[in-house]
Amino acid sequence: MTELPLIGGAPASDAPGAGRLAGARIGVVTFPGTLDDRDAARAVRLAGGTAVELWHGDSGLGDVDAVIIPGGFSYGDYLRAGAIARFAPLMSRIIDAANSDARLPVLGICNGFQILTESHLLPGSMIKNDHLKFLCRDQVLRVENSNTAWTVDYEAGQEITIPLKNQDGQYIADEKTLDALEAEGRVVFRYVGFNPNGSRRDIAGISNAAGNVVGLMPHPEHAVEPGFGPESLDGIGGSDTDGLGFFTSVLTKIVGAGK
Amino acid sequence: MSIDTTKKFNIDTVENAAKTPDTGLPWAELGLKQNEFDEIVKVLGRRPTGAELAMYSVMWSEHCSYKSSKNHLRQFGQKVTEEMKKDMLVGIGENAGVTNLGDGWAVTFKIESHNSPSFVEPYQGAATGIGGIVRDIISMGARPVAVMDPLRFGAIDHPDTARVMHGAVAGIGGYGNSLGLPNIGGEMVFDSVYQGNPLVNALAVGVMRHEDIRLANASGKGNKVVLFGARTGGDGIGGASVLASESFDDTKPSKRPAVQVGDPFAEKVLIECCLELFKGSLVEGIQDLGAAGISCATSELASNGDGGMQVELTSVLLRDPTLTPGEILMSESQERMMAVVTPENVEAFEAVMDKWAVEYSWLGEVTDTGRLIITWEGDVIVDVDPRTVAHDGPVYDRPYARPEWQDAVQADTFTGSVQDAGRPAAPAELAKAVTELVASPNMCSKSWITDQYDRYVGGNTSMAFPDDAGVVRVDEETGLGVALATDANGRYTYLDPYHGAQLALAEAYRNVATSGAVPMAVSDCLNFGSPEDPDVMWQLAEAIRGLSDACMVLGIPVTGGNVSLYNQTGTTPIHPSPVVAVLGKLDDVARRTPSGWREDGQAIYLLGTTGAELDGSEWANMRGHLGGQPPEVDLEAERALGEILINASRDGMIDSAHDLSEGGLAAALVESSLRYGVGARIALQDVLDRDGVDLFTALFSESQGRAVVGVPRSEEVRFTDMCTARGFAHTRIGVVDAASGTLEINGVEALSLDALREAHEGTLPKYFG
Repeated sequence: MTELPLIGGAPASDAPGAGRLAGARIGVVTFPGTLDDRDAARAVRLAGGTAVELWHGDSGLGDVDAVIIPGGFSYGDYLRAGAIARFAPLMSRIIDAANSDARLPVLGICNGFQILTESHLLPGSMIKNDHLKFLCRDQVLRVENSNTAWTVDYEAGQEITIPLKNQDGQYIADEKTLDALEAEGRVVFRYVGFNPNGSRRDIAGISNAAGNVVGLMPHPEHAVEPGFGPESLDGIGGSDTDGLGFFTSVLTKIVGAGK
Repeated sequence: MSIDTTKKFNIDTVENAAKTPDTGLPWAELGLKQNEFDEIVKVLGRRPTGAELAMYSVMWSEHCSYKSSKNHLRQFGQKVTEEMKKDMLVGIGENAGVTNLGDGWAVTFKIESHNSPSFVEPYQGAATGIGGIVRDIISMGARPVAVMDPLRFGAIDHPDTARVMHGAVAGIGGYGNSLGLPNIGGEMVFDSVYQGNPLVNALAVGVMRHEDIRLANASGKGNKVVLFGARTGGDGIGGASVLASESFDDTKPSKRPAVQVGDPFAEKVLIECCLELFKGSLVEGIQDLGAAGISCATSELASNGDGGMQVELTSVLLRDPTLTPGEILMSESQERMMAVVTPENVEAFEAVMDKWAVEYSWLGEVTDTGRLIITWEGDVIVDVDPRTVAHDGPVYDRPYARPEWQDAVQADTFTGSVQDAGRPAAPAELAKAVTELVASPNMCSKSWITDQYDRYVGGNTSMAFPDDAGVVRVDEETGLGVALATDANGRYTYLDPYHGAQLALAEAYRNVATSGAVPMAVSDCLNFGSPEDPDVMWQLAEAIRGLSDACMVLGIPVTGGNVSLYNQTGTTPIHPSPVVAVLGKLDDVARRTPSGWREDGQAIYLLGTTGAELDGSEWANMRGHLGGQPPEVDLEAERALGEILINASRDGMIDSAHDLSEGGLAAALVESSLRYGVGARIALQDVLDRDGVDLFTALFSESQGRAVVGVPRSEEVRFTDMCTARGFAHTRIGVVDAASGTLEINGVEALSLDALREAHEGTLPKYFG
């Protein structure tokens, strides 16, 4: 496995504790049709960690400490978003590792979230946006649960602005499941101010019961660098780096666990 | 796999053609003229086989051969100065030109049309337009990094416009979003002249290291020729010849089967697969399959190389086993590439294909015969000199003359016309006029469209719509990046094609400079009516002459582009629409200048002078008038303005800059205010006194060479000193007022930003839902 080939490489981090964080290895999975893998890898690096390339056909996870399943259109999403990707050899390893005692942290973004629901690591499903169009916009989210592996660096109730971009982003589940998610604090993110796709109960992202697996439709990896986030592109307020907390959270978690 | 096609049709071999000279061939149905068919017979010394006829018919089509425009396009290669050559690594003629960015980086970009298919089948037409231009970029060895799409549709309230609009926008989004390429800008113009001939142009830009530049040629005897990507199907047969090279005509059957169908997933995989091939230096030459499919790829690769090529056509993987050899040669099935690979690299090449699960088939090899030989189960069905197919097609000196109506059109100025009656003057009237302007179809917010495109993917987008130019970072370490803008004004070009084309270039140049980037190269998409109409041919000739002259003054070369003719319905052509794309370079994208102001108290300056230039303007257009002379072009002034904007950006003297173009100062002030929702107080008395114009003219004139900039208080002296030293007109016209929530212009009733935004953003949703 090699580092993801980013154009020009990422700047070295001079943040405190950078040396220790760099020892944390975050795998980024690429399926045919994955689009945001380079972005996710950059986010890991900007947060201070080491991004490791994972190929969908790989038989093992190597020694990664966490996994990100990035956005895109795996296999073109021609069948149902994520429905084919879930059968990749690597997904079985990821499912096993996520459910093992070690509780491997897994983050699914957009298509990655869809793949996680198809894999039954997370409940519910995504259907076409209620307005039937692809929508790219900067979205305000409220962090409802700051105890998951991917949200510990946020405060509960904190509002963040990160880009959203999808065609099939409407989260649905039966009422019983939704009630259970709410009761167990597994609704991790909720859309604030505007529900961009008709998702049930304004749900933008959820977690599994242990909190190591998180999936959401919006894209934190597009809000990690000054000059390239929502504030610079669209100027609607907030900052360019509201998404960085996802990646620092998991690094904090990994390093805190004695890596 | 093997396909049993042997006995499904009679194969017209070269041997058979020689023996049966009098066999009737359907050359007219394939779009060839009598003289062209006669020429083919002369070149071959016999009648062509069915397969040869198919190849010549597509490659000699207007779309592929540029036969009507070639004599004029030469000027782009002739009017070149040393200044223009200094950063050009690959010029016109390859799939796309390549420009040196420094630090070992190179950039390639190109704009192309996909007009006719987008009218017949908007979704697929627009989608495959993106696909085709992206493959052109990959063919140069580059990683594509962004796309843009200039669009021109019919009247906003015509029922058919919604069909084209929904389809084309969804197609561009559906395809482009799936490729992981940010869409960083474009244009949207509504005008009834495009009702039956919408313009869907697509631009792609890619970056590479110098050593990765690849060219489309087949060299080295014994090297293998491979076709990979999607299978060949029956879609897009005759797309270039019968669809893109003829005018639409109600009496003929629908041409829908001539439109290609796209598979963006296959394209995305193809991109990554090609990049891996380049990384391993596994291909000697590469060519995408677009218009004219295998005919084009084999003949161009062979004629650009040093020998010939031998290909067995039954080796082509098919979606439909009933396709005839001619159909296989003409098919424009998407997501296919052809490459030349040395025997030593065959195994490594196959490993990359297998990794990405891309299908491929080895078709033949490079020879030293100088001939392109295509066989069908061993029988020779094509035996031609590839140059006669790819490069030595017919060239026409089409007659052209200044139209008889041109003088009358130019004499019909807006000022004093019936449509000019009741020109707004009172504060309330002017406020109403400004609001009406920014809500008009051409000036309204395009976010309904751009919200359907991914502008974030890749993480390198530094600026996108609605700023003046799209900006993407190339190098993460240094911040090196490129800026791109496309522009055209069909009304200006209709009034005066020579100067109209120059105005398109001037605006794109200005947009790029406004972002802070140094303009470096030009790509153009020349959308015109039928070249067989001397009026249209004159428009085309004048536009090319104007553009090539202007490039010399601005010092930037045309590195590629395309010509789209026959954009007319019956005898009515579209406005001549040369869409010009300019690419610029930013040493550090962090220095890019956005189009809106934010900081309270900053000074607002107007750069340039304003004349009474309302002919062809958006205001005249809204009043239903088109006549007179377009705004005056002063390319030296554009250069001077550009240098000021670039220096000011580099030295941190300005925080915002917005160019003045369609809609004039009124549009620019509203857009700069709405960009971040920050108001301003404006007083134009100094401008009125200096330039001798009234307030209405100051707001709505479309004089060129102007921009509005926001200058921090601490930089004001430095900035004005620079303008003075360069002798460039600059006037302080106001101040940013962050708390007000209004745009106040002396003499105009105060405009609340909320109301302006509602007007500006409400138009497209109102018509398109």
